Amino acid sequence: MNQWKNFTKGFFKENAVFVLLLGMCPTLGVTSSAINGLGMGLATTFVLVMSNLVISLIKNLIPEKVRIPAFIVVIATFVTIVEMLMQAFTPALYSSLGLFIPLIVVNCIVLGRAEAFASKNSVGSSIVDGLGMGLGFAMALTMLGSVRELLGSGKLFNFTIYPEDYGMLVFVLAPGAFIALGYMIAIIDKMKKA
Amino acid sequence: MEYVTIVIFAIFVNNVVLSQFLGICPFLGVSKKISTGIGMTGAVTFVMIVATLVTWLVQKLILEPFNVTFLQTISFILIIAALVQLVEIVLKKVSPPLYQALGVFLPLITTNCAILGVAILTIQKSFNLVESVVFAGATAIGFGLALVLFAGIREQLDLANVPKGMKGTPIALIVAGLLALAFMGFANLVPAP
Amino acid sequence: MATIESSLKNMLLTLLVITAIAGTSLGFVYKMTEAPIAAAKAKKQQEAIKMVVPPFTNNPADGVLEVTSPEGLPIRLFPAKKDGKLVGVAVETMSNKGFSGNISIMVGFKPDGTIVNYQVLDQKETPGLGTKMVTWFKTNKGNQSVLDKNPKKNNLTVSKDGGDVDAITAATISSRAFLDAVRIGYESFMKNKDKLEGGAQ
Repeated sequence: MNQWKNFTKGFFKENAVFVLLLGMCPTLGVTSSAINGLGMGLATTFVLVMSNLVISLIKNLIPEKVRIPAFIVVIATFVTIVEMLMQAFTPALYSSLGLFIPLIVVNCIVLGRAEAFASKNSVGSSIVDGLGMGLGFAMALTMLGSVRELLGSGKLFNFTIYPEDYGMLVFVLAPGAFIALGYMIAIIDKMKKA
Repeated sequence: MEYVTIVIFAIFVNNVVLSQFLGICPFLGVSKKISTGIGMTGAVTFVMIVATLVTWLVQKLILEPFNVTFLQTISFILIIAALVQLVEIVLKKVSPPLYQALGVFLPLITTNCAILGVAILTIQKSFNLVESVVFAGATAIGFGLALVLFAGIREQLDLANVPKGMKGTPIALIVAGLLALAFMGFANLVPAP
Repeated sequence: MATIESSLKNMLLTLLVITAIAGTSLGFVYKMTEAPIAAAKAKKQQEAIKMVVPPFTNNPADGVLEVTSPEGLPIRLFPAKKDGKLVGVAVETMSNKGFSGNISIMVGFKPDGTIVNYQVLDQKETPGLGTKMVTWFKTNKGNQSVLDKNPKKNNLTVSKDGGDVDAITAATISSRAFLDAVRIGYESFMKNKDKLEGGAQ
């Protein structure tokens, strides 16, 4: 397996958010600022890499019929671990991301990769896959977060680029998330075809 | 009176899909036709109410007394997964056509963030058992409302003259955004419970 | 993919083992992170207290007084003392009348009730509107700021309700909730002032 291709597919060709349309909930829910998007992306990457690793290790020990519940236990464990680590070491990010941290366990990307890749490939490849898909996800979230934060509040990573009063508030709110993502997918689709 | 507040809040003011961003995957995936939307809502409603009930009991009777609340995520999601399996088995026997129509979306209810989200939220908001069930039911109705409204619009959208680059997901998302904007009009209709 | 057959015994065994390992590793990580989590919480509280009251030499958290407001809300009063004398009280107060839920703030009063400073601890208000409360009520513009005001002398409610404070533009409800929290904090402070003046150094 070409590991470089394995790694980079998560960024463009098979980007979880823009191409596969998975993990929509956190994509819309935590991207009101760039740093939140990045934080969530990295937390999800951690869970992806660790669960891909473990599942790939034990794939031959799990009976077919209990595959999904077994995967879920592994994933849920790592989600809880990342939750506790964030609460201890990054409390501000922990309170901004709130409910969406435990919701990583139902992020279709994680279960999807476990099922589609880690259960069928070597440990090394699975780790690379997890890393690529996760970082690609983080990239997408940071991009969307940056657009929303910049258009909505004039800031980027909390640095004021232009006065907040000129920002289009809607982008930091719910409707803006949908609209911004809609346009981004359209633009990226266009770029892929060009 | 408090229950009415919870219901109005969950359906309109803080709609699970349009304000809280939970349940987006099925929202985008199953909303192409109103009939499948309604079927999905039925399944989600059942799972949501029962899941909230069971997870609430587990939290209060097992997790808290034994001081293992950090097992919340793992126990909740396992309960939900088990319930969805149950629904699948029952549906296959009771209504095969609906089972076929929902197809791959049925097991996907497990990963419906709305269900896990609601289970966790009822604990965070310190609801009692009855309030939790009411909240879950109302949230499911809100989900159904958003889903059916959206499906109705999408059925019309198929016939509309959409620019080529926006066809499919992009225009669907923009419409969802407008729907979310409309629902913001309900803001502060009732205070948050 | 699986090389173990799906007999009932194997299925149950696998699930049991996985869950057992999961449970124990979680318990382990929980123990490991318990202390840092508590430390992070305490640090946040300490920083908030330091920010809202005049300089002090004691440890306000040691003399904390926990009361319940008439509305049934839990309020915590932290006495700040310099060389044994009360120089200020940081009140961790809240209001449940926020636009999207509860608002929790730490507001610092001088012994005579004048507001020194405040810090918003927790709020879920609308971004760009209610969330402005984090800085709005300390900004010296028009009648926005509540700093150096005393609830005894100034009417700390929004001008719409006949008060002296300019509400956040387009966020009257969040503004009302903020001032409600301040009022509750003030009243709890005044009611328990004597208890706070005595006590540990």
